[in-house]
Amino acid sequence: MSDKNKRAHDLRMYFTGFGLAVTLTALSFLTAILQPFGPVGLFASLAVLAIAQVIVHFRFFLHIDLSRQKREDLQLILFTVLIIAIMVAGTVWVLGNLMTRMM
Amino acid sequence: MEHFIFGRLGWDDIAIFDVFRDPTVSNIVGSSAGWLAVIGGVVVAALLLIKGWWRPLLFEWLNTTDHKKIGIMYIVVGLVMFARGVAEGVVMRTQYVTAFEGGYLTADHFSELFSTHGTIMIFFALMPFLIGFMNLLVPLMIGARDVAFPRLNQISLGFTIVGAMLLMVSLVIGKFATGGWTGYPPYTGVAFQPGTGPDYWIWSLGLSGIGSLLTGLNFAVTIYKMRCPGMTYLRMPIFVWTALCTSILLIFALPPLTAVVIMQALDRYLDFHFFTNDLGGNMMNFANLFWMFGHPEVYILILPAFGLYSEFTAIFAGKRIYGYTSLVIATMAIAVLSFTVWLHHFFTMGQSPTINVAFGIATMLIAIPTGVKVYVWIATLWGGRIRMRTPIIYLAGFILFFAVGGYTGILLANPTINFTVHNSQFVVAHFHNVLLPGTLFAVLASIYVWFPKFFGFRLDERWSATTAWLFIIGFTFAFMPLYMVGLMGLPRRSPAFDDPSYIPYMIVTMGGALCVFAALCTLIGTFVVSAKRREELAVPGGDPWDGRTLEWATPSPVPEWNFAFLPEVKCQDAFAVEKAQGSAYKIEREDFEDIELAPKSWIGLTIIVFGTLLGFAMVFWIWWLAVLSALALLAHAIGLGFVRDEGEIIPADVVERTERDWIAAARQGQGTDRTDEVSARNRGFSARITEA
Amino acid sequence: MTTSTSHLQSHPGLNLGAAHGQAHADAEPVVFGFWIFLMSDLVTFAMFFAVYATSLQATAGGPGNADIVDVTSIALQTGALLVSSLLFGIATVAMKHGSAARTVIFWLIASLAFGLCFLGLEVRDFIDAADKGAVPMRSGYLSAFWALVGLHGLHVAVGSVMILVVCTQIAFFGLASDVKTRVLRLGLYWHFLDIIWIGIFSVVFLPGLLT
Repeated sequence: MSDKNKRAHDLRMYFTGFGLAVTLTALSFLTAILQPFGPVGLFASLAVLAIAQVIVHFRFFLHIDLSRQKREDLQLILFTVLIIAIMVAGTVWVLGNLMTRMM
Repeated sequence: MEHFIFGRLGWDDIAIFDVFRDPTVSNIVGSSAGWLAVIGGVVVAALLLIKGWWRPLLFEWLNTTDHKKIGIMYIVVGLVMFARGVAEGVVMRTQYVTAFEGGYLTADHFSELFSTHGTIMIFFALMPFLIGFMNLLVPLMIGARDVAFPRLNQISLGFTIVGAMLLMVSLVIGKFATGGWTGYPPYTGVAFQPGTGPDYWIWSLGLSGIGSLLTGLNFAVTIYKMRCPGMTYLRMPIFVWTALCTSILLIFALPPLTAVVIMQALDRYLDFHFFTNDLGGNMMNFANLFWMFGHPEVYILILPAFGLYSEFTAIFAGKRIYGYTSLVIATMAIAVLSFTVWLHHFFTMGQSPTINVAFGIATMLIAIPTGVKVYVWIATLWGGRIRMRTPIIYLAGFILFFAVGGYTGILLANPTINFTVHNSQFVVAHFHNVLLPGTLFAVLASIYVWFPKFFGFRLDERWSATTAWLFIIGFTFAFMPLYMVGLMGLPRRSPAFDDPSYIPYMIVTMGGALCVFAALCTLIGTFVVSAKRREELAVPGGDPWDGRTLEWATPSPVPEWNFAFLPEVKCQDAFAVEKAQGSAYKIEREDFEDIELAPKSWIGLTIIVFGTLLGFAMVFWIWWLAVLSALALLAHAIGLGFVRDEGEIIPADVVERTERDWIAAARQGQGTDRTDEVSARNRGFSARITEA
Repeated sequence: MTTSTSHLQSHPGLNLGAAHGQAHADAEPVVFGFWIFLMSDLVTFAMFFAVYATSLQATAGGPGNADIVDVTSIALQTGALLVSSLLFGIATVAMKHGSAARTVIFWLIASLAFGLCFLGLEVRDFIDAADKGAVPMRSGYLSAFWALVGLHGLHVAVGSVMILVVCTQIAFFGLASDVKTRVLRLGLYWHFLDIIWIGIFSVVFLPGLLT
């Protein structure tokens, strides 16, 4: 690949990411404004769209992929996700439970 | 105008004058401590000026980026703060002896004492000790020239010192918090403590937290990216593994502390309502966030200590560590599990039994990998040729006491038992029972083991052993009775009690506390005596204990560049194997090269000065000073990007001469056969080289 | 030291490639370290999110989420951040493929401009909220709201200052190897803030529209 091609390839990466991100954001806003699925559906669709967009950002802007050399960093990110899941889920569980018991 | 210049700082805040305003016993004790700090500071300053020590302090220590010197400075900071913490412990124990009559300290003063004692011991004694050892040992053990980011390392030290300085300042000006080291609101909120105390807590923890986080980052990168050729993960010494796990814990456990400190600061300074009693504030959020940090913190304090025990147990048992892989797995398991148990610190907060049970079980699970470790150390000793030096005395005390501490931990992990004994002296006994033998003994033993590596001479054996025995005996008498009084119902943190049956126990614990204080004195004595006899105790060969890992394959003191060539390892315990095969102490390469060291830097000192000013100004609402200090820090940080220092170059011939001299000495040096390693014959050369 | 193998090294983020020599070799530990910082920062944000989630009911009779969300403004802010990220990406691609220092600075400043648009809109929203009585001193909920959104805003502000700093460094030193790795790290930081923002509009703002 010539340097010019590589440049085009790198740029395409960013534009693809941008296009996907804009689409997903627009979908999020639309579901929130039009609310086609009801409250539970809204939260579910927002969660799915947000996760999809986070993955798009990681893939196209932060260049995380499954190649062997980036495994260490992918592991770091996944471990962070695990820790955050434990901490946030734990917090919501414990404090939510306290709240219902205080009612 | 005066308010603009001095904020809320007034003459009344100068705590060392309290004694003249109102000479009560409590004030005499408080002010004496302040005066001690002031006089100590003045004496040190005078010595620096008169003896001319300020020059090396400034130009060889404070601006260095050498991981070894930074490590030593961490440990020195830790020792100074440890001395204060022990003194406070003794004062508290004497209070308990008189507590039946109401005690001689005021309740407020007593509360301040246990708050500073806890904060100091955890953040400014044990953590600096362990981070100091990580600094000293990790780069050497993985065969690197330095940590990944030497200047960042200095920044970390700077922030740690800022926190320690703020605590020392609080002894002289203003008051520290009275809410314990955990600082629970709403008691530490503005409504109940409008004074400076909780603000000191916020800034000393907040600023030193930045330093700890950066340390974690630095060592994670160092261990991931800077290992020498051949140093695969499963060849790393156990201490490096524990340092890696500690780094990971620091990276992920400090953020909840940062968050909770920021929120508490917003509550106190800007009238937010995170943890207040009114307008939707919820203090349970504080407890929850704090312990999400607090529990991993316990393992930050214990994991590196486990690593140190593993290293020197192998050395003094004269054999490889037993069950290396299981030890690694246990360490990783503890690191991950430590994030899942934080709720056991507040079983009584009111959540449902289901939640309590879930966290209780998670807590008990940690006992499994921890138990594995204890068995591993015992199995390492089993069948070894144990040499009863000071570290083994500590180790024996540790294994015995740690088992007791572990069992009481399992008791506390059971929510039903926890309901009855929580907030009693039983808990105080439990965590001292884990942290003292676990962390403190490991640190003291390791000072004995690695002191010769970095200073070039051993510590006096008799003084060291005496210190060890005093610590063990003192610990036994100071804390074992607390289990009893805890079960009898004496609450923790209470300045007085009304049941005379506690008194005999309290006298025993005070005796224990005095014994610990005596141990502190003999510890200082050990350094003084050994320094005087340093010619006789010198170990220039660098391997006084027949060490096993790479750090022993260097002269003592270690040259600034650590290794002439980056080592290549082929197995675990590479140096021990080389010695056994007779291939140690050989120059295999002739292509000595210039070595570039990391450039010196003043950022650490800038942080110490302006960080302390910033913290102080924020505590006393001196806004102009706070803004100026913050700007100074920011300007320096941005300015760093524009300065491009060249590091110091060590010429190839200096490297070559040092290396050849050392190896020549080693090849003709008189070895010992390890039975007389505490005699003057031990010059730090391995026995086996003379046999080969 | 390891120049012979430097073309094998790779790190997440835009790799400069072996043609960049020292900068590429340096980038590996430095970028890994920066990733660790970002992940740690992510946990900090997660804590603010968690506190926000537990404070939803804690309005103490004051304004709630629905009273302060201006969806048009949020959409514009999101757009500004995304465009800013894209422009930063173009700047790093330009740097990687040997464009002149001037060009790189141009794209960076363009990126900064959109970042400042974001900040401007956010500050306007905060002022509007305060006018409606939704100040952080009003309730636990509003404290959590201001702290979470404000923390992100603060990060964007710091990033903006840093863009100016690296532009100055490029002007001073040209595209030297340490400057290049700094641009790479700043890029990671800038894209990372987008990810936080996805969380903020999905968790804080859009659910507020629920009727």
